[in-house]
Amino acid sequence: MKTNKMINSFIINGVLAVICLCWTVPTIGLLISSFRDRIDINRTGWWTIFPHKDWVSVEKIKPGPEVDRNQPMTFEGITATFEELSKGIETNNLRIKWIGNRRVGYLDVQKYSWTAATNFSFENYKQVLAGADYTATLADGTTVTERGDNMSRAFLNSLAVAIPATVIPISLAAFAAYGFAWMKFPARKMLFALVVALLVVPLQIALVPILRDYVKLDLNGTFLAVWLAHTGFGLPLATYLLFNYMSELPRDILEAAFVDGASHFTIFTRLILPLSVPALASFAIFQFLWVWNDYLVALIFIGASPTNQLLTQRLAEIVGSRGQDWHLLTAGAFITMLLPLAVFFGLQRFFVRGLLAGSVKG
Amino acid sequence: MKGSVANPMASTSNSARPGQSTSRIITSLLAIIPLLASLAALVWGFFFLRDIQLANDSNIPQAITVLMAIVWGVGGVILLFTTANFFIEQLSDNWVRRLQPVLFVGPAVLMLVWALVLPTIRTLFLSFYDEASINFVWFENFKFVFTNDAMLVVFRNNLMWMFFGTIFTSSAGLLIAVLADRSKFESFAKALIFMPMAISFVGAGVIWNFVYSVKPVNEPQIGLLNSVVVFFGGQPQAWTAFFQPWNNFFLILIVIWLQTGYAMVLFSAAIKGVSSEILEAARVDGATELQVFFRIMIPQIMGTIITVSTTVVIFTLKIFDVVIVMTGGQYGTSVIATEFYRQYFTYNNNGVGSAIAIVLLVAVTPVMAYNLRRFAQREVF
Repeated sequence: MKTNKMINSFIINGVLAVICLCWTVPTIGLLISSFRDRIDINRTGWWTIFPHKDWVSVEKIKPGPEVDRNQPMTFEGITATFEELSKGIETNNLRIKWIGNRRVGYLDVQKYSWTAATNFSFENYKQVLAGADYTATLADGTTVTERGDNMSRAFLNSLAVAIPATVIPISLAAFAAYGFAWMKFPARKMLFALVVALLVVPLQIALVPILRDYVKLDLNGTFLAVWLAHTGFGLPLATYLLFNYMSELPRDILEAAFVDGASHFTIFTRLILPLSVPALASFAIFQFLWVWNDYLVALIFIGASPTNQLLTQRLAEIVGSRGQDWHLLTAGAFITMLLPLAVFFGLQRFFVRGLLAGSVKG
Repeated sequence: MKGSVANPMASTSNSARPGQSTSRIITSLLAIIPLLASLAALVWGFFFLRDIQLANDSNIPQAITVLMAIVWGVGGVILLFTTANFFIEQLSDNWVRRLQPVLFVGPAVLMLVWALVLPTIRTLFLSFYDEASINFVWFENFKFVFTNDAMLVVFRNNLMWMFFGTIFTSSAGLLIAVLADRSKFESFAKALIFMPMAISFVGAGVIWNFVYSVKPVNEPQIGLLNSVVVFFGGQPQAWTAFFQPWNNFFLILIVIWLQTGYAMVLFSAAIKGVSSEILEAARVDGATELQVFFRIMIPQIMGTIITVSTTVVIFTLKIFDVVIVMTGGQYGTSVIATEFYRQYFTYNNNGVGSAIAIVLLVAVTPVMAYNLRRFAQREVF
C-alpha cells in the first residue's frame, strides 16, 4: 500500500514536471537567446549553451597569398581541394575546415570535445533600446552601424498609456459601482442592465466609429485617444466586478456613517474605497496587463506615428520588417515582458483572486 | 435605508433660516469656481499635450511629456470628481439628491454610450452601406461575407480555433489542476503554468516564432521544434506557413499555451470545493480513481467547466494579435478579426468591415442574453 502511494506520487509529480518544463522552455529559450551573440543566435540553437560535444576550434591557419586556391592544397599533411575543405575533412580526432570564401578565408583546425557556447552580453538589449544609430562590433572585429529600435522611448510611451488607462476606468467604475449599489435614482436597474449587456460586446464593433470621432477632434495618435478607448472598453467589466464587491459590503457600516452625517462622497472616499482595495487591486492588475499587452487598440489609435508608438507596436514592427533578426526580436520581446512579469510575480495573490472573480475579458 | 438618506453635509445650519438664502446662493456660485478653474486647466493641458504629441519635432524630452501626460490624466479625473462634488454639496438638499447620482454614475454611463452603444448602432448602419459609406446597399455586404470563398476559409478557421482551442485549453487546465492538487509543488507548478498569461500576444508570437523557426536542410536548426524533428530523422518544416491546413494548429497551440493558466486556476478552485467526504465514500465503495473523476468530480464542477469554455470560446472568436503577428493572416490562417482589420484598414471597405463586426456581435449575443437573464434573477436590485 505504501509503495503504491509512492509510485502514484512519483507518477503525478513526474507528469507535472514534464508539463511544466514544456510550458516554460519556450520562454527560457527566448531569454537565453536574448543574451547571445547576434551571429551565434542565427547559427546554433540556444541549447548549445549547455555543455555538449562538438567540433571546437584549436588552431587557425591563414594560408599565404602564394597558395593557389583553385588547385588541391596541402595542410597538416592533408591534400584536398577548396570544395572538400569547405565541407571539412576529418582525420584522427581532428577536422580541418575552410571558413569563409576562397580569397580571404582561413583554415580552422577543430577537435571533437566538450564545449558550451557561453558568449553572453547585453549588446542586443543596447541595440533595441538605442534611439539613434547603433554600432555593433561583430566577432571578426568588423563593425556594422544599424538604426536602433528606440524601445526605450516606446517603453516610456507604454507607461504613459498604461497608467492613466488603468486609473481612469477604475475611478469611473468605482464611482459608478457605488452609485449603483448605494444610491437611489431613476432607471438605475436599466442602466445597470446596460452594463451587463455590454460585458461581452467585441471591441471591433467600436473601433471605426471611435476612430472617426478622433479624426474629427484631431485626437488620433495621442495618448488621450488610447486612454479613452481603453476606458470605454474596460468599463463594463470594471463596473460589474466592483459593483459585485461593493454591494456585498456590510450595510450597517454605511448606515452608521450616514447617521453620523457623512455625505455620499465622504463615505465613498473614506470608507468604501479603503474597504474595496482587494477588488480594486485585482482589477487594476488585469486592466494594466491588458492595456500594456494590447496591440489592436494601439495599432488603430496611435498608428504609425513613430514618436508615440508603444512597445507592442515596436515589437510587431520588428517582426514584420526584420523577422529573422533574432538578436533584436528576442531582446525586444523580453523588454516588453519585463514589467508584466514583475507585476505578475509580485502580485500573484491578487492576480489569482481577480481571475476567480471573473476579471477576464471575454 | 439604502441610498435614501438625505445628504446632511449640504444642509448646514444656515439653510434652515430663510434670511440667509442670499448668502447661500452666493456661496453656491463661488463654489463653482474650483470646478471651472480645474476644467480650464485641463482644457489647457489637453491642447498642450495634444500639440506636443502630434508635432514630431518637439524638443521636449519624451520622459517629460510622458510624466505630464500621466499627471494630467490621473490627476484630471480625481480633480474633476472632487471639484464637481464640492460644487454640488453647496447646493440645497434637493439638488444634492438629484445631482449626486449623476456625478457618480453619469461619467461611466456617458463613456459606455460613447464608446460602445453608439458605435454599435453606427457600425450597424455602415454595414448596410457600400465601401465608401455613400450608397445604401441592403444586405449586399452580408451576402459577400457569407458567400465569398476567402470568407468561408475565415469562418472555417474560426470554428477550428473555437473548437480545438476550447477543448484543449479546458482539458489541459483540468488535467494540470488535478495533478497539481495532489502534488507537493502545487503553487510552484501553477505559477509556471499561468505565467504566460502576463505575456502579450505579440511577445508570445515572437517566442513561438522562434520555436517554429526553420533553416535550410543543410544548416543546423535554431528552432526548437525543427531541431527535435531533425534529431529524430525528419525534415524541417515551415510550420506556420506552407504546412496547410495544419498550420492553424500551430497557431492555436500558442493560445492554448497562453490560456491554460486561466482554466487551471478556475478548475483548481472548483476541485478544492468538491466535498472530500463524497470522494472518500466513493473510494471506500470501491470506485476506481477514473470513476471518481468522471462520475463525481466532473458533474460537481460542471458550472466551472461551462464558465471556462464560454470564456475561451468568446476569446478565440475574437482572436487577432496572435494571427496578425505570426502570419499576418496569410497562408490560409486568416480569422474573423484579422479579416475585419484587412477589409477596413487595408482595403478601406467600410461596408464589409462593418458587416464582419456585426457578425462578431451576433455571435456573442447568446452569451449576452444569458448574462442578462442571470442579472434579472438577482435580488440585489
